[in-house]
Amino acid sequence: MSHLRQLLEDSNEKIFTSEFPTIDGAGMPRVIALAQRFSPWFDAVNATDNPAAHAHASNTSVAIAMKAHGLEPIMQIACRDKNRLAIQADMMGASLHGIENLSLMTGDDVTAGDEPETKRVFDLDSAQAISIANSLNGGKYLSGRAVKPPTNFYIGAVENAAAPPLEYRVQRAVKKHRAGARFLQLQICYHPDRLENFCRGVASAAPQLHLLPTIVLLKGARQLHFMNDKVPGIDVPLNLISRVEKSLDQSEAAYELALEQARHALALPGVRGLHIADFRHDETLARLMHDLGRIPRTISNQLQEQL
Amino acid sequence: MIKILPFIEHAIKKPIWDCRMCGQCVLHSTGMTCPMTCPKTLRNGPCGGVREDGNCEVDPTMQCVWAKAFGRKESLPLPQSWRDHFNDLRPPVDMQLQGTSSWINLITKRDQQVPAGWQRNTRSDHGL
Repeated sequence: MSHLRQLLEDSNEKIFTSEFPTIDGAGMPRVIALAQRFSPWFDAVNATDNPAAHAHASNTSVAIAMKAHGLEPIMQIACRDKNRLAIQADMMGASLHGIENLSLMTGDDVTAGDEPETKRVFDLDSAQAISIANSLNGGKYLSGRAVKPPTNFYIGAVENAAAPPLEYRVQRAVKKHRAGARFLQLQICYHPDRLENFCRGVASAAPQLHLLPTIVLLKGARQLHFMNDKVPGIDVPLNLISRVEKSLDQSEAAYELALEQARHALALPGVRGLHIADFRHDETLARLMHDLGRIPRTISNQLQEQL
Repeated sequence: MIKILPFIEHAIKKPIWDCRMCGQCVLHSTGMTCPMTCPKTLRNGPCGGVREDGNCEVDPTMQCVWAKAFGRKESLPLPQSWRDHFNDLRPPVDMQLQGTSSWINLITKRDQQVPAGWQRNTRSDHGL
């Protein structure tokens, strides 16, 4: 059973997940160094699947490397790049290597990336991918062919509480839960009221579904502008940007915003922890975790042996 | 007649719904809005990239197909039984039906066939 499943299903602990940085060369030493950085703070970390439609070392290969170096992976699978055969093959390949946590998503469009001329696949959508992972857990490929023994995936998905049509987002989350999702990692949300409405709605309609809102650590207003202008589905209200922009210490103001968001999110119904994306790459991550009362875990034995 | 049916169907449904002839029509359950016109061909609801104004991540000039469907589900005078299917978990598209007549596939129930491993309990209940 995955550690993440144990924590979410059998404990009341607040849990923390994050995103493993993309790997573009630099080999295993880079993976080991990153595992060392993430290991004290996070219960599980996402091995991303060509995030923002940019090619990188693959989700499966990074998840295997993370696991080998003592960091529990959540393997992301986006529906953008592969058809149903390839997605099932990736799931089975992950299972072969003992990877059990999945986070299944539609994926940004190819036009969000640096190779917009790419053919988009979207043979499945996220709800269908969740259902198929659930079928593998039930001992069957989509075709009905047997998987023996069945896989043991702990299935997660994503949702954007702040993107229109707002009233529909809870229904979509419930649909994903019905298909087999047990936890949802939520897109960063700069509208606290929308996040609150979403979490309340999900907690009442699907109380078993664990929510992990995202908190993003940014350096200042320039990055907030970037999020607002370039990242699909993210709207940052201008008053929030100007609050950071007009402060004497932008870096501090951006941190305070993130801390405020984290505390607000953790107090919402259905929320079991946070998904933290660190775009600062400085000591702020440790500061945030400290301010949220997270005690660093000792580096895992496996990782110590590697060092 | 059977042979020309796909042409007749396309001639009618293309101008009204921008029909893509997937051969497994779900228009009745999606507020009479074709999900195959979504650039990601999503059949189970909108992606997370919908813009603040409700327009599409991929084509900012176009309203999100699912935002439109969600609005039309209530605003159009549709039978309640159609509305009740809005949140059904729709199976992956059967690519073998591309270009065939969904009218014939509806009558023969070919459009109801799903792979043996697809979970059957996918109907929504209580509108959720």
